[in-house]
Amino acid sequence: MSRENRLIIAGFLVSYAALAAGALFGMLQVIERIPGVKLVSSELYYRALTAHGVLLALVFTTFFIMSLATYVVTRELGLRETYSTRLNILSYALVGAGTLMAAVPILAGKANVLYTFYPPMKASPLFYIGATVLVIGTWLFGANLLLTVRKWRRGRNASVKLPLGVFGVVCTLIIWYIATLGVAAEMLLQLIPWSLGLVDRIDPLLARNLFWYFGHPLVYFWLLPAYIVWYTVLPRLLGVRIFSDFLARVVFVLFILFSTPVGYHHQFMDPGIKAAWKYLHTVTTFAVFLPSLITAFTVAATMEMAAKRRGGRGLFGWVAALPWRDPAFSAIALAMILFAFGGAGGAVNAGNNLNYVVHNTAWVPGHLHLTVGSAVALTFMGVSYLLLPVLTRRPLRSRRLALAQVWLWGAGMLLFSGSMHVLGVLGSPRRTYDVTFGGHPATQDWTPLLAAAGAGGVLLFLSVLLFLYVVARTLTAPAELEAQAEPEVQVPAVPPGMVDNLKLFTAIALMLVLVAYTLPTLEILSMGSPGAPPVPMD
Amino acid sequence: MNRYERAWLFFAVLMVVAFLGIIAYFNFAAGLKPPQEAEVIDPLTLSTDERFSSPRVVEVVPGEEYEVYMVARMWSYYPREIEVPAGAKVRFYLASPDVQHGFHVVGTNVQANVIPGYVTVIDTSFARAGEYLIVCNEYCGKGHHFMKARLIVTEGER
Repeated sequence: MSRENRLIIAGFLVSYAALAAGALFGMLQVIERIPGVKLVSSELYYRALTAHGVLLALVFTTFFIMSLATYVVTRELGLRETYSTRLNILSYALVGAGTLMAAVPILAGKANVLYTFYPPMKASPLFYIGATVLVIGTWLFGANLLLTVRKWRRGRNASVKLPLGVFGVVCTLIIWYIATLGVAAEMLLQLIPWSLGLVDRIDPLLARNLFWYFGHPLVYFWLLPAYIVWYTVLPRLLGVRIFSDFLARVVFVLFILFSTPVGYHHQFMDPGIKAAWKYLHTVTTFAVFLPSLITAFTVAATMEMAAKRRGGRGLFGWVAALPWRDPAFSAIALAMILFAFGGAGGAVNAGNNLNYVVHNTAWVPGHLHLTVGSAVALTFMGVSYLLLPVLTRRPLRSRRLALAQVWLWGAGMLLFSGSMHVLGVLGSPRRTYDVTFGGHPATQDWTPLLAAAGAGGVLLFLSVLLFLYVVARTLTAPAELEAQAEPEVQVPAVPPGMVDNLKLFTAIALMLVLVAYTLPTLEILSMGSPGAPPVPMD
Repeated sequence: MNRYERAWLFFAVLMVVAFLGIIAYFNFAAGLKPPQEAEVIDPLTLSTDERFSSPRVVEVVPGEEYEVYMVARMWSYYPREIEVPAGAKVRFYLASPDVQHGFHVVGTNVQANVIPGYVTVIDTSFARAGEYLIVCNEYCGKGHHFMKARLIVTEGER
């Protein structure tokens, strides 16, 4: 096995460990919120809530995405290794070191600031430094992959299109580089010096501005790898070609353009940002809705094509002809179905007139468990069922349990996310240890829904346990598959078109960012708020 | 491009444009603008600021126009109970001396973030009389779940 393959597997294993711990904390929280249940103190609840967010939203996703991207780039370009395996190992090590540095204060209760770390709540400086090291690790990781692609181009491939999967990876990295500028600025200019006591005060509104500049494109950093799987792995799984390669590329380009200048739809309720800027970000947020609508069409058309080739008939009857017994297919298909609901809910969040009702309520975690918690997490589980056998030459064990795992996730998510959405519309706040508020009548309707969400959380945790069991059984079985014949590399012998000009689109994206953020940020600075002194959270 | 693909794209763009039109109408023509005022305040001197040292409801025009000054702090609101008549114009001024807080009148679309260093201003009115629960929905520390207030909306005089 090549060193790079071992690195890919190591990344997957770390991501599964984060998934296990994060899911356990998640289940405990959702049970804790059921009225009448008291398992832990509020301090422990928020400590676990911080760990849940960091482990799942940052550690699970980042490690999985790094390994998936390394795999896609090396296989689709027909390479044994990336530009520099050593640089790749260094980047994984830095992301791991950053994770550990942040984990120590989180688990010790010195960083109960949640994964949005809004100042002037102050965590141990180690928390901010660890998060920064993690981000720097991802920058090195991205550089290595971009160098890999450039070297491949300099070879015999100077004038052909990048394979679609690699194109998607490059787009994901471009979004990541643009987005992390915001969090790097927040960390280096604001949080780290302030948490070390070098400056007395911090402007929390400026910090929110920088955080959400990063926080929303972060969502696309998670989502685009799932899209890459839907566009490249799913058709191969079904034995067909993608319905439209051109539109798939248009989708990735639209994400580059519109994923960053959208942050104010998280800050509709903030003072100090003009309504006109908030509306501008609403426009771009709805623009970023388009690539997902195109994806819904392309993916559905690809599946219909495959189903009809397998003998499926009828306007909708073809759905039954899809390989639902295959756990990998079921996971990916269910991820897409749940994402459709997530997208519809996202349209509610995107405009302030409806956002007034659901902002910071249980609706929001209900929404993000459909997107990152299902579209992304379930796709990653499904693709694990495909890749672990290829990478380790061990056939997938316990296929029936794997299939049960997928549908258990679906049932759990329906209960959890469905209840959370309704709770949100009824005004129940998110991120709150106890939502009984002295038994106020307004909270009476919440009780059965909180119980249903708790039941959903238990099913989701059981689903994660099943997933880990299937992975463990597969990995501990003897290697018996033939050394995988490297999948034949189909470099499309087509010259790059307008849509492949990623330098141009990156430049346009940066201009959109400047338009959306320069003036409102200057306005915040020119208000000259005296800022706030730190309030330690431990 | 495939015929159905083009039709779907057309539908998608139309839907997005329609949504944006509706949101623009409510924002700029029907008075549903989000909070935007930009007054700064030193969080350490709230206790000497004349509005926030004794937070209260101010009757500007009896029965018609009210100003509510509220302090949101770890982990309570001051005042803990406020009363305004139904149908009156109400302007909230909210400030925090410590960390960020939320402000949500449960069962309504009255909602805001309170950010130390700034004064949040929201304009609204309450159509229905009754007793409302106000909750903090931005995590503010281990006592976050204690943070609530009561809003009494009395029958209007008209």
